[in-house]
Amino acid sequence: MRPSAVRLLNILVPVKRTVDYAVKIRVNPDQKGVDLNVKHSMNPFDEIAVEEAVRLRERLKDEVKSIKVVTIGPTKAAETLRTALAMGADSGIHVEVPDSAPPPEPLGIAKALRAVIQREKEGVDLVILGKQAIDDDASQTGQMLAGLLDWAQATFASKVDVDPKAKTANVTREIDGGLEELKCQLPLVVTTDLRLNEPRYASLPNIMKAKKKPIEKLTPADLKIDLTPLLETVKVTEPPKRKGGGKVESVDELIAKLKEAGITPVKS
Amino acid sequence: MAAARETRLRVIALYKELHRLGRDYPDPAYNFHKKLRGLFEKNRNLTDPGEIEKAIKMGEYIRNETLALYSLRKYRHLKRMYPNPSPADPTP
Repeated sequence: MRPSAVRLLNILVPVKRTVDYAVKIRVNPDQKGVDLNVKHSMNPFDEIAVEEAVRLRERLKDEVKSIKVVTIGPTKAAETLRTALAMGADSGIHVEVPDSAPPPEPLGIAKALRAVIQREKEGVDLVILGKQAIDDDASQTGQMLAGLLDWAQATFASKVDVDPKAKTANVTREIDGGLEELKCQLPLVVTTDLRLNEPRYASLPNIMKAKKKPIEKLTPADLKIDLTPLLETVKVTEPPKRKGGGKVESVDELIAKLKEAGITPVKS
Repeated sequence: MAAARETRLRVIALYKELHRLGRDYPDPAYNFHKKLRGLFEKNRNLTDPGEIEKAIKMGEYIRNETLALYSLRKYRHLKRMYPNPSPADPTP
């Protein structure tokens, strides 16, 4: 919670291991969840967050002291950390939850992240995370974290400019119908929108180099937090199947069908 | 002969990189690894440094094209799944 005394940035990027975006999701027969025996990768919005942190360092150079990535998940989540390290992060923190445990909820994650931040001796000035995870689409963690820490927040960011000397950041947000520019005081939580940047692909040499970067392992007990879910998933179903469309023979028929469907013409 | 060793290392690194990329190729009908192996094998006996350089450049071009394919595919998918709401959206 205490920002760094010197005017150097310590950036924390939380990442999540989710089902890969290209996988076709199948609901389990018990209708309590989806088939998780599929390819997993880093949440695409978190990739954008890691990329933004790395680009901030490319722009600000020595003013960025460290880029740490953190994940809260099972053993395999360490692979996601390695990808982030290969993209340019310096070190990782893995809060390991048992494979048998139910997936943590955003509030639990936000509390865990708060504990991680408070543990950091050098402090954290900027937290950049994805706006939502593509598996639960909750879009809550960033906002909850900012609330718990009592920090400023700038969500759905499509542009981030940080001034470490002034300890402020100008963030452009994607909102309904346009863009909003905010000037925020550090420390700050930023969540990334799709249009923020194009994440780099971790090249093989970088993946090899990342194997040497340190990953600290912690348990929820070390952080004195409880990740037991507060919500129960009652049912999971597929969306209703699309009804087939029909072909029309003429424009008049099209207009008749539109009128039938209840669509009224607008005066031009 | 040091130059030969150098190019050999470059070619092997390029092959490894393309092989790893090929794992994520979206079209199951296209046998990426078979094509990769075939094209590298075809050029195994090149001696002229100019030709070798040209072949390496071609490999790097394919690598960049594949990377572009992956990132565009992902971006297009995400843009479709998470569109930006426009002011013209009718209120429900």
